[in-house]
Amino acid sequence: MSTQDVELDDLYREIILDHYRKPRNKGRLEHAEMSAEGLNPVCGDEIRLELRLGLDGRIAEIAFGGRGCSISQASASMLTEDVKGKTFAEARGRIDQFRAMMTEGSAPPQDDSGDIESLQGVAKFPARVKCAMLSWNVLQQAMSEGAASAPGKDDGNE
Amino acid sequence: MLDVGRIRQDFPILSRQVHGKPLIYLDNAATTQKPNQVIDALTHYYRHFNANIHRGIHQLSEEGTEAYENTRARVARFINAYGTEEIIFTRNTTESINLLAYTLGRQRVERGDEIVLTQMEHHSNLVPWQILAQEKGATLKFIRVDDEGELVREDFDLIGPRTKIVSIVHMSNVLGTINPVTELAQRAHAAGAVMIVDGAQSAPHMPIDVRALDCDFFAFSAHKMLGPTGVGVLWGRRAMLESMPPFMGGGEMISLVGEQTSTWKELPWKFEAGTPNIADVIAFDAALDYLEGMGMGAVREHEIAMAQAAMERLGALDGLVIYGPKDPQRRGAAIAFNYGELHPHDVGTVLDRHGIAVRAGHHCAQPLMRRLGQVATVRASFYIYNTLEEIDALVEGLRETERFFSAEAAGARTK
Repeated sequence: MSTQDVELDDLYREIILDHYRKPRNKGRLEHAEMSAEGLNPVCGDEIRLELRLGLDGRIAEIAFGGRGCSISQASASMLTEDVKGKTFAEARGRIDQFRAMMTEGSAPPQDDSGDIESLQGVAKFPARVKCAMLSWNVLQQAMSEGAASAPGKDDGNE
Repeated sequence: MLDVGRIRQDFPILSRQVHGKPLIYLDNAATTQKPNQVIDALTHYYRHFNANIHRGIHQLSEEGTEAYENTRARVARFINAYGTEEIIFTRNTTESINLLAYTLGRQRVERGDEIVLTQMEHHSNLVPWQILAQEKGATLKFIRVDDEGELVREDFDLIGPRTKIVSIVHMSNVLGTINPVTELAQRAHAAGAVMIVDGAQSAPHMPIDVRALDCDFFAFSAHKMLGPTGVGVLWGRRAMLESMPPFMGGGEMISLVGEQTSTWKELPWKFEAGTPNIADVIAFDAALDYLEGMGMGAVREHEIAMAQAAMERLGALDGLVIYGPKDPQRRGAAIAFNYGELHPHDVGTVLDRHGIAVRAGHHCAQPLMRRLGQVATVRASFYIYNTLEEIDALVEGLRETERFFSAEAAGARTK
């Protein structure tokens, strides 16, 4: 295997390709309580996130939609699995950790099953960091807009 | 025919490697590489006669002024302008069009007026007109693009009594389509409208004669035609330029300055406020000299051959869709395509690892992308130094991309 293939495999880890081919939680939520859309200005890719909260204020359901490259689609798919069942405060913590992993080369969250870790290689491809970050930025937007319209549902992290 | 082998020796960057592979540069519609002649002209200016121009009494300033104005004269000849004073230097095509929107546009366009564009405009020939239309309460009208990537001719009737400006791209940066500018200019003039041509993609790739085009303004950029970044050109008919107010005020563009009012310098300096991009304008002369040495007709012939070969060889890949006219005579050598379900970003990344530089994205033409029903495309765009072997390398790179993302290959790799 040439060095060039090793580098590509660093970006396109098998877990990423698996999420790309078989996206989790892709589609629409019937009774979404909050949603947001984001655009990658570099390529025009769009990601939409929809959320529904449980009575405990945790993210009970989450779905994503839109078209994008393998990195943005896989990252969105992983995001939905990662934040389901979490409070907004916990989800915000995940967003911060993910952003630090992408931009500062920090380690993935300790309880990560290996999926999010697989995106670590993207940090070596600056042109693609925006692709991986897109859905996480959209989640942040959805939560801040949702928290603004339904303050009782927020857990008071801010 | 171009002697591509000899031409390549003039471009030092073409001998570098990218990710361990020889660079194959197919992003020429974004910007072209620079020959030694241009790079040398740039450093020669700074080493030998750097000085501000149009104001010094000393030798360096006189030499710099002469070189700067020599480029202007060569640009005028290059596009067959009526006079040297009709050539305005800007930063880029975008600034040239903004200059028009802010001067000519503000002067001529009023509430209820119409500006006619096409669905295939680059954002640089769309957003300035949106800003103007919103300010004035005017309306933008769009000539549609058909399934072949050509303008819908019946929409030429959009040019009517309310039309004040028609601004149209000469050669599409996505589809490669060469638009019937002369015919549209005649329609515009019959309606009493001004005809502006965005020549950012045409000026580098085919002979340009603004008199034959019959337009009123023609805008293009040096960096897409072997020249340095930071130099744009606006050509306009003398009478129109004279009747327009200045774009920016400041030094260089004035004649007499009082406390309350000032008078403007004559053309072209009325539109060149402040110290211009002297070094890059002077180096642009070397780029034009290089192009004229080959002849723009020969450049165009080379690109027709490249476009034809690229469309044939890319088109042979199963599931690959090329956008824009199929006839190489009717288009330039920017070839936008999508390959099966592969996302352009993923294609671009894998090709990059093979040393192949292409563009992946919306190409600053989001309305056109929506017309094509695509979020993005891959674009390979060719120039004088590209070879048929590089097209074959692109095809092979695409095959490898397909293999890489195919499910069959997935199991063969480790996690």
